[in-house]
Amino acid sequence: MIARNPIPHPTHAPPGAHEPATAKQQFLADAAEHIRDTGHRAFVRKALGGYYKSRDTQQARYRDWEQARDAASLAKWSAVNRLDELLPRFVAAFEANGGRVHWARDAAEARAIILGLLEQANAKAVIKSKCMTSEEIHLNAALEAAGYGVVESDLGEFIQQLRGEPPYHFVFPCMHVRRDEISDLFGKHLGTPPTDSPEELTMIARRHMRRLYVEADVGITGANFLVAETGQISITENEGNARLTVALPRLHIAISGIEKVVERLDDLAVLLPMLATAGAGQPMTCYNTLYSGPRRAGERDGPEEMHLVLLDNSRTALLADAEQRDALHCIRCGACLNVCPIFKNVGGFTYGTTYQGPIGSVITPHLRGVANWNHLSGASSLCGACTDACPVRIDIHHHLLHNRRNAARTAPSRLEKLGHRLFVFVASRPWLFAAGGWLFRKSLPLAKALKPPLLSAWLATRDLPPAPRESFRAAWQRRRR
Amino acid sequence: MNVSLFIPCFVDQMAPQVGLAAATVLERLGHTVEFRPAQTCCGQPSFNAGYWDEAKAVAIRALEVFAGAEAVVGPSGSCVAMMRVFYTQLLADTPHEPAALDLAARTFEFGEFLVNKLGVTDVGARFPHRVTYHDGCHGLRELRLKDEPRQLLAAVRDLELVECDEPESCCGFGGLFSVKFPMVSTAMAEVKGGSLARTDCDYIVSSDPSCQLQLDGWFAKNLAAGGKRPRTIHLAEVLAGEPR
Amino acid sequence: MSDRTPAENTAAREAILARIREALRVPAPPPHLSGHAAAAAPEPNGRPGLMILPAEAGRPWLPDGGDTPAESLRILADNLAKLRAVFFQVPDLAAAADCLFAQARERDWQRVAWHDHPLVAGILAGIPCSTLRIDAPDEAFDKRSLEACDAGITACECLVAQTGSILVASDSCGGRALSILPHCHVVIATVDQVVPVLADALALIRDRHTANLPSMFSFITGPSRTGDIERILVLGAHGPKELIVILVG
Repeated sequence: MIARNPIPHPTHAPPGAHEPATAKQQFLADAAEHIRDTGHRAFVRKALGGYYKSRDTQQARYRDWEQARDAASLAKWSAVNRLDELLPRFVAAFEANGGRVHWARDAAEARAIILGLLEQANAKAVIKSKCMTSEEIHLNAALEAAGYGVVESDLGEFIQQLRGEPPYHFVFPCMHVRRDEISDLFGKHLGTPPTDSPEELTMIARRHMRRLYVEADVGITGANFLVAETGQISITENEGNARLTVALPRLHIAISGIEKVVERLDDLAVLLPMLATAGAGQPMTCYNTLYSGPRRAGERDGPEEMHLVLLDNSRTALLADAEQRDALHCIRCGACLNVCPIFKNVGGFTYGTTYQGPIGSVITPHLRGVANWNHLSGASSLCGACTDACPVRIDIHHHLLHNRRNAARTAPSRLEKLGHRLFVFVASRPWLFAAGGWLFRKSLPLAKALKPPLLSAWLATRDLPPAPRESFRAAWQRRRR
Repeated sequence: MNVSLFIPCFVDQMAPQVGLAAATVLERLGHTVEFRPAQTCCGQPSFNAGYWDEAKAVAIRALEVFAGAEAVVGPSGSCVAMMRVFYTQLLADTPHEPAALDLAARTFEFGEFLVNKLGVTDVGARFPHRVTYHDGCHGLRELRLKDEPRQLLAAVRDLELVECDEPESCCGFGGLFSVKFPMVSTAMAEVKGGSLARTDCDYIVSSDPSCQLQLDGWFAKNLAAGGKRPRTIHLAEVLAGEPR
Repeated sequence: MSDRTPAENTAAREAILARIREALRVPAPPPHLSGHAAAAAPEPNGRPGLMILPAEAGRPWLPDGGDTPAESLRILADNLAKLRAVFFQVPDLAAAADCLFAQARERDWQRVAWHDHPLVAGILAGIPCSTLRIDAPDEAFDKRSLEACDAGITACECLVAQTGSILVASDSCGGRALSILPHCHVVIATVDQVVPVLADALALIRDRHTANLPSMFSFITGPSRTGDIERILVLGAHGPKELIVILVG
């Protein structure tokens, strides 16, 4: 039997969770610190190098990857834009199969529902498989505070749990951790001998978990898709821990955002392979499992009860923004993180919130408020690699622009607005523009010495070329004579 | 054809040789080139910062400046993307939308104009150096240009083109991003600059002067002593056969 | 923590659905498609503006699943090899039994678990190790005994050539745990169970919906694996470390 609270609580605030009021300053500080750690950055880039190779190989096996993206994006667009019809349809089908649905307007409600279910079930030991929605609602902390021992069964999540850190990447939670660090971690918490073999480390976790699967009485999972046609939930994983989490305990609780609905089972014929290919460079993830409810009469094993918690938590706010509604099409593959130069240089914790990377930067202001989180939309060069990588064609980098526009409208910086107004004034008068340009070129050497705010930010790490003697327009006039 | 040059504000004030090289190439091919001095800026800095009302004012002016031009050609992927892709968004549901759509249909990036509009890949240039090409993000992802500059470079006599290991990754400029998040911008320059330098090239060819500013700026500060320091050069300058 | 009342649940449901309806009053434009022909199919309920690509099982843009049974079989074998599953094709049940016994000896199995299906029952007699039938009618399901077994032997619903996946169901393949808990999973199947593409397997699932839908279907694509440690692929995370497929026919 698992002892109460076997996982040690961190004594300091964990990384990756910024206080909203100081989130921007914290972002800049964390980014600078992470960037200085060139070894860490190189390690992450090396790990991703393998992903790029597999992804390219696997993508080439699609006879038309772009058309596959079309199909996937239309499947999600069609579902999300008919959520009013499809979500009730899903719920009716699911409940007809014997499962129970609980509706949660926000994170607090979801936590209360789950704690209530655990109490009703007189649960002692809880095992969890990977669920970003549970991270979003800070479920583990609530369960531990209520005295339940919670173990993350996914290897990466388990490692992060032992480290007292949230996931670094929502598909590869511990991609930033070296094997020797994992060896030390297991030695410290599980008493196992040191090893630098990934196979051995995986076996250590496997042996540790097997006992827990058999002993746990509650399994908590997420869901990747909710199939309206059949009332099944679809769970994708490589390790088999989710299947084990749901096979043996007597109670299964699944948590899902309301936007995970797809209309037809057939939609999975495109979405499952693409989730695997974009997310991990695989043809299919190892286990894709459809659950329709608790064990049926005549079935040998399986939970006696299955509960599904459907979570809003501001998803309806994002739904109401027709321009950015497609951000809800996200299938959480993580491809946008994998290609983002910002993510690769600042790391997953710098974002300071549950969902990192480009898609996280798009949705966080909607889920948690523009005022404190819009710096994430600013922290991008808008290169667009994310949008190109997205299997469901979310217009990610353009949404970052839209977020910036929304912030400028609702909470503009007075100084910035004045600056832009001034630039427009000058740019509307060619003679003034030419004069301003001349002045800029002539004063550049002085400016380099004085280093006013924006210029100093540039000059700290980069040089500026000397100003040319004349502008193009002046040279052109000369040339025409 | 009658080509109206679109000279981005940055090129006008800080990199005039790029505009002059573009004009040289076009005239060499037998086209008439004009420069309308009423032009100033495309408005992208305000647009990217989210100040769309301000950007609109600049965009509307640009529509007037280039009204009636047969072809508007600019040596900058990001500025051409602004005019061709984002003006229609910016001016959607306004009386200026038709004019924006009209301008978009006749605005081209320089390399794109040569290959896709004029059907020309060999402009008779010679550039006896080892070069690599940096794909600027706007040109690559907003204008969908990838092969065009490479086709043009392949036809340049005595030029050796090598690809770096990550031609498509962002240099980190991103406009005001470069000074609002300078550490991140610099880290990106470091990564891309390293990749470009590993080709052991003499020149890095780009179709975006802002990328050139970022990369040159980083190289100047970080690759000073020892090792070869590649210099950036605009595609138009290579094709005009005028190395700096 | 008190239990939530049905009325509270209903109130939350109504609130969320109301917000959804309100949000969807403004339509969102479709995604920017790649320019391939996208058929604009009218929706059955007449909602305007929705475009759905034809849902043909073929879906020519996905990876190949084979146009003939022979081709599908070849693709299946190729994919299983890439996934590092162990694959045998044998002419009949007797050969399948020999194959299974050889695996048992080679791996030194002490005990294997099985369920009562003609294909499975038909080849177990004489296996050189002890066996545990998990669906014996007079015995309760014993998860601890199952955990100690070296292998779980199951039938399957079908095999998908396109992805190299095996489809199992909780009613026809011995429940949920048999194919996931033991260290090795052995699948006994027949050649006519091979389908070209994933969409065919999903259609099979959907066709069973009108009758008694089993509580679990699972697509198994290779032995269990993880890439969590430095993104290095390791086989045998929590699920079976080995997947053995014996195809009869």
